[in-house]
Amino acid sequence: MESPEPGAGLSAVVELAEASHSGDRRATARLLSLVERGGAPADEAASATQVHVGGAHVVGITGAPGSGKSTITNSLTTLLSEAGQRPAVLAVDPSSPLTGGAILGDRVRMNGASDAGVFIRSMATRGHAGGLALAVPGAVRVLDAAGFDPVVIETVGVGQVEVDVTDAADTTIVVVAPGWGDAVQANKAGLLEVADLFVVNKADRPGATDARRDLELMLDLSTVTGRAGFERPSITMTTATEGDGIGELATAVASHLDLLSQGVELDRRREKRRTAEVRAHLEHLLAGAADEMLASEGLQPVRASESPMMVARRLAGQLLD
Amino acid sequence: MVGTDLPIRVVLAKLGFDGHDRGLKVVARMLRDAGMEVVYLGLRQTTDSIVAAVEQEDADVLGISMHNAGHLTLGPMIVAALDEVGLDVPVVIGGIVPDADLSELEAAGVAAVLGPGASVEEVVSTVRSAAGRNGIT
Repeated sequence: MESPEPGAGLSAVVELAEASHSGDRRATARLLSLVERGGAPADEAASATQVHVGGAHVVGITGAPGSGKSTITNSLTTLLSEAGQRPAVLAVDPSSPLTGGAILGDRVRMNGASDAGVFIRSMATRGHAGGLALAVPGAVRVLDAAGFDPVVIETVGVGQVEVDVTDAADTTIVVVAPGWGDAVQANKAGLLEVADLFVVNKADRPGATDARRDLELMLDLSTVTGRAGFERPSITMTTATEGDGIGELATAVASHLDLLSQGVELDRRREKRRTAEVRAHLEHLLAGAADEMLASEGLQPVRASESPMMVARRLAGQLLD
Repeated sequence: MVGTDLPIRVVLAKLGFDGHDRGLKVVARMLRDAGMEVVYLGLRQTTDSIVAAVEQEDADVLGISMHNAGHLTLGPMIVAALDEVGLDVPVVIGGIVPDADLSELEAAGVAAVLGPGASVEEVVSTVRSAAGRNGIT
């Protein structure tokens, strides 16, 4: 298959999209590259694949670096593949803020899934914060249109506030490992609030039951405070390297999709996802315009006597004029 | 964000039974610091797993590290495996390769060989030129 160069036109990309839909993995890979390029090539890829987007279950897996996200993704998708499903993985790792380079190392833990025929694509964040790459939602649609279901997004290793994955996924799994923190950590705002499912991985290690207890207590308090729309997440104990607990996790993931599908929640989340994606692209465009403005020669030097916030407000006025 | 300022994507792997991955890790870091996206597969890969990764990752270059004297068997084997499925992706071999074997690897379609003495500049420029991106940072 010939690779259409950027700007090669919609017809070449439509051919690619049709090939991808009928199972040509190289075509799928090329479409993903077009989506990552952004701009016109990404628009063409989006238009060409739109007709085949079927509403695959999108599962986000997030957690701290080294908590076992890749190993869980490997075991889970291997299991689903052996059960006759067609899972795909988008594995995101960070780009260097200095050089733009990246080491995308998630496949190291995914030999089993690769052998089982799972489609795996590594993605660098390319300057995007929040735990994902800007191109992730577009890439998810390409994989969906290629017939993959579920699509599993593995985020970069995150800290406390990188919750973008909840906008990108139907079901968000937060992975913690023993020793990750105590009961006060568990009640801090951020990542733990957005989980649909919890996994305590490395359950064979000391401290695993403590981690579970701290999460349970945190969830008890969420029930007490009556957080809006709160469904108490299940907690699955796994030892992903051995495959222990992965069957239980697969059941929890499927049950969550059932739960979402019973009411309007699935549609609500997907609508929210579209808005979030527009917002992310809008932010990207505005940030680019701001960079251009700050680099332009006509810009008056910022005086020390001026408040940076005032200068920003003045420039924002010009930018949005 | 269009065209040549896209990062070069390189798949790096050890093929077969060969546990010496320190060199490959160093190369991964060199390429990362040169602004490339390195998909790192690590140890004990098979031709099938490497071909699948190169295809799915839409890689520009494949880098294979060899320290087990298997290069004359495994080098041509991986080139042939890519050819067989019509993947036109250059293969760069790094590691311990005697000079006497270079012409045989070249004849088999290996794009370049990097030895133990290769500098950062050599490694980066070799991968760049294999990717057809000479002179581009």
